[in-house]
Amino acid sequence: MSIEVQQVSKSFGTFAALRDVSLEINTGELVALLGPSGSGKTTLLRIIAGLETPDRGAILFHGEDATARPVRDRRVGFVFQHYALFRHMTVFENVAFGLRVLPRHRRPSKGEICARVERLLQLVQLDWLSDRYPWQLSGGQRQRVALARALAVEPKILLLDEPFGALDAKVRQELRRWLRRLHAEINVTGVLVTHDQEEALEVADRVVVMNAGRIEQIGTPEDVFHRPASEFVFGFLGDVNVFHGRVEGRKAIFGALELEYPHAPPAEPQAARVFVRPHDWEIDTQPNGSGVEATVAHLNPAGPQVKIDLVVPTGESIQVEITQERYRALRLTVGQRVYLRPRKVKVFVGERA
Amino acid sequence: MSGTAPSIAIPHAAERAVGESAPVRYLLIAVAAAFLGLFLVLPLAAVLVQAFQRGVAAYWAALCDPDTLAAIRLTLLTAAIAVPLNLVFGVAAAWAIAKFNFRGKSVLITLIDLPFAVSPVISGLIYVLLFGLQGWLGPWLAEHDLKIIFAVPGIVLATMFVTFPLVGRELIPLMQAQGTEEEEAAVVLGAGGWHTFFRVTLPNIRWGLLYGVILCNARAMGEFGAVSVVSGHIRGLTNTMTLHVEILYNEYNFVGAFAVASLLTLLALVTLGVKSLAEWKYQRQLVDKGVAYD
Repeated sequence: MSIEVQQVSKSFGTFAALRDVSLEINTGELVALLGPSGSGKTTLLRIIAGLETPDRGAILFHGEDATARPVRDRRVGFVFQHYALFRHMTVFENVAFGLRVLPRHRRPSKGEICARVERLLQLVQLDWLSDRYPWQLSGGQRQRVALARALAVEPKILLLDEPFGALDAKVRQELRRWLRRLHAEINVTGVLVTHDQEEALEVADRVVVMNAGRIEQIGTPEDVFHRPASEFVFGFLGDVNVFHGRVEGRKAIFGALELEYPHAPPAEPQAARVFVRPHDWEIDTQPNGSGVEATVAHLNPAGPQVKIDLVVPTGESIQVEITQERYRALRLTVGQRVYLRPRKVKVFVGERA
Repeated sequence: MSGTAPSIAIPHAAERAVGESAPVRYLLIAVAAAFLGLFLVLPLAAVLVQAFQRGVAAYWAALCDPDTLAAIRLTLLTAAIAVPLNLVFGVAAAWAIAKFNFRGKSVLITLIDLPFAVSPVISGLIYVLLFGLQGWLGPWLAEHDLKIIFAVPGIVLATMFVTFPLVGRELIPLMQAQGTEEEEAAVVLGAGGWHTFFRVTLPNIRWGLLYGVILCNARAMGEFGAVSVVSGHIRGLTNTMTLHVEILYNEYNFVGAFAVASLLTLLALVTLGVKSLAEWKYQRQLVDKGVAYD
């Protein structure tokens, strides 16, 4: 079932959580709403579920206006960040709840409910825990029960509110991959809220980057990562070095860093910022023409990439990542003088948005 | 103890580290025990001793006195009306306050606490001013032959007023701590209001609710001040147990007075017992919650 969000706004008191947000989600897609806390992503998800009412705008399910439809009639599956399992019910009863509260003429027979719950618990690989209570389960297990419970009513739309936020890194990795597979298997339209860019890029078909109640960019994970539409998106999706400076004619000057400005030069000098990702730096021990001079302040070779903190003479620090091979070839030490050249940059001209 | 398992020895060691020396400890325990004995155990014993002063037969006869029986019946009746009504009001108020946001919520919370802030005698007086013969609604009530003051309805009303906050006060913090996520989950899954309340909310608050009801019941049966003002002390008709104790005592019928008092004491002990059980279950529920939502 497709979802359409049309010019939705929502305020809580004086705080504007959503400002005129429009979004289309196609049937069977898995979309991630990505943004920092307070960006409005959870509010948008709750409005789609019907747990909040928008001040303005409309929500369409499959082309039909569902803005005024009560929550219980929307038939969406919702997975809460803190699981929200019914604590006085066993795992089995939790999953069966959605079926047991169906109106009598639509409620399956006892045997059928039993079979369906068993099937769902097998799907989330927890059939051996059906007699346990939520407090007897680990965080990852609880979240899988919550998923099974949401899927029990066979929703056409599955909404997930930071589903893996409260879990540790390892379990999160596992559940992410598992969710990806599950989504391919059951074919629902999925919306996932997260503040973890890695999670969004890994799981979603499309990523919606949100900031301060607005959508900054909608695109495939590749799009938003490699072609960020705004400074915010660039900064939010991964580590970045930012330099403040100006564009003058065909040159962009950022402190010690001078770059060719390839676009049409502005009539008069303008404020600008340049964004460089840590892995987009070339590092050398010999002066190399236009390179920036810097001193190695800290080295962290533990990991697939070597992370280096550098300090330029003006006092600013720069984060750089290089491969292990390059690190061994350069034989860097703390306090050493090096020369930096950006391989790839993005310049944003004009006053900061 | 040095012989216990390490896992048990650790809290003991910790206790000792922050504890006092032996003489100070014994002195403190002795002071506490003496205080408890003087103000709790001794009066309790005195009640029983006085009640059985003239033997079991006299005690039994005192309890079987028709006026005493009428007082016991009236107290039970009052509690049987006031407690269920306050249960419904308390749950409704706590549900509204803990699960919804609305204008005037803090005013409502203050209003719920009002009976605690007002002296019971004043509460009784308010009802006399409202429903008494000289009161605002008095003439109208007299015209329609309705008796509230110096009758059972007045006693029930005064009791309800005084015991009103007990259930709600017990539930509001519990329900606020539990949040609304489980209810939201139920509604998203297609449950209606009743289903959500009876299958999700109520099971989560059952021990807190029992605790509140027990307190409410104890207070309803033991209420003196407000009831004393509105009852009129008509023997066999508008005398509750507490009022009856006073009357018997003033008439130097000590066996009778203490016999009724012993029943109230028994009620207190049963209340304490059930309360401890409910509290223990309630604590476990909170612990479960802590484990589940750490």
